[in-house]
Amino acid sequence: MSIPEDLSYTKEHEWISREGDVVTIGITAFAAEALGDVVFVELPSAGDKVEAGTVCGEIESTKSVSELFAPLDGEVTEINQAVVDNPELLNSDPYEAGWLLRVRTEDTRQLLDSTAYAALIQED
Amino acid sequence: MRTPLHEVHEHLGASFTDFAGWSMPVRYSSELAEHRAVREAAGLFDLSHMGEIELTGPGSADALDYAFVGKLSAVKPGRARYTMMCDDGGGVLDDLVVYRLEPERFLVVANAGNADVVLAELTARARGFDTTVTDRGAETALIAVQGPASAGIVGAVTGADLASLRYYASTPATVDGQRVLLARTGYTGEDGFELYVPAEHAEAVWLLLTDAGEGSGLLPAGLACRDTLRLEAGMPLYGNELSADESPFAAGLGRIVKFDKDGDFVGRAALEKRREPERVLAGLKGSGRRAPRHGYQVLSDGEPVGVVTSGALSPTLGYPIAMAYLPPALAEPGTALAADIRGRTEPVEVVSLPFYQRRP
Repeated sequence: MSIPEDLSYTKEHEWISREGDVVTIGITAFAAEALGDVVFVELPSAGDKVEAGTVCGEIESTKSVSELFAPLDGEVTEINQAVVDNPELLNSDPYEAGWLLRVRTEDTRQLLDSTAYAALIQED
Repeated sequence: MRTPLHEVHEHLGASFTDFAGWSMPVRYSSELAEHRAVREAAGLFDLSHMGEIELTGPGSADALDYAFVGKLSAVKPGRARYTMMCDDGGGVLDDLVVYRLEPERFLVVANAGNADVVLAELTARARGFDTTVTDRGAETALIAVQGPASAGIVGAVTGADLASLRYYASTPATVDGQRVLLARTGYTGEDGFELYVPAEHAEAVWLLLTDAGEGSGLLPAGLACRDTLRLEAGMPLYGNELSADESPFAAGLGRIVKFDKDGDFVGRAALEKRREPERVLAGLKGSGRRAPRHGYQVLSDGEPVGVVTSGALSPTLGYPIAMAYLPPALAEPGTALAADIRGRTEPVEVVSLPFYQRRP
């Protein structure tokens, strides 16, 4: 299971990549694999405020529905329309083409590093 | 519990799920690809978790007529019948397929989650009839090949004359020198076959079918696609559409209850009174991509009128489909209703079942 070392993670199986005050958010390969084929993605809109730990979207597979939690406080600057149009990108390329949203944030809370996340999914 | 094919699935990289205490492959790679393979080519399923019970002896047909709602004594040797086991109140304990193998020998196939109940009930209900009830579950593996390419694949490994094997018929056959029961039955809405195989030969039969399917688009297929396939075909799933709370009439399957058979059968008196149920199973078609799912409420003018039993975004049709129990007056095709999908109301329309029917 791929867990890129240069990303941060949450226990809700999201990855976060930071560039200045903007973070890119997606779900991990582990989460995509557990969901099965993703058929529907619902994301907030650019300009929406999101709050850490609260639901900001939905990811639906053939078999189940999973909520997307905001990992940080901030404001959505961009969503990945390609993944809305082609939800299978979440399965085929969760860390690159399957990114979900970009959020401008001043929130610097501690997230999991790849080692801690790898340990977390070992327990699951 | 594990089926005799568990190692094969591991080798194929399957994801597993617990189903009725069995560790079963839920998907091998993509359930959508597996679903499509069954609709357009063929899928290979391990269904060894299902229960097999054999009845032998001159009283077997009468025992089954008493134990089940169908008239199994009218089934000709070599044919099969879909039927149900009800309780005294007319509630469904399981839906099953019964194969009449010989005049005095039947094979009853029960859902994995109900296999113990069916075995215990059948044993009890067969008392007083001249028949022997034997659990064949552990020694029997069940492998299904389903889809338009299945006849070519199964024909290649069995040498059986499939042209004369009708839908809901079975025949003894040989695979790799081993005797198997070959049936033209399934749960996908496609043409297909089910092979009842001695457990110790399951792996050899699976691998032979895999080889025979190379070039035809055959994929190993897991329980995830099995569920969307049966839903598109409008087939009930025990635990979703069927339960001890529902009668065969509510499920739209009253035609399988044979009141005209001789003698009593378990549930007869209660079923006589349940012919006009207060709620019936109906098909729903949604728009967009959010599907009503198991347990979600169906609304009419904002008021709850029923509950969804199964639902998914149909891989074949591309729109959400669901089944739900509704008052008969609201179950007419064309009726406009809504579904509460996680707090947001989405319009749905009642449609007739099945959602998908293969071209003849």
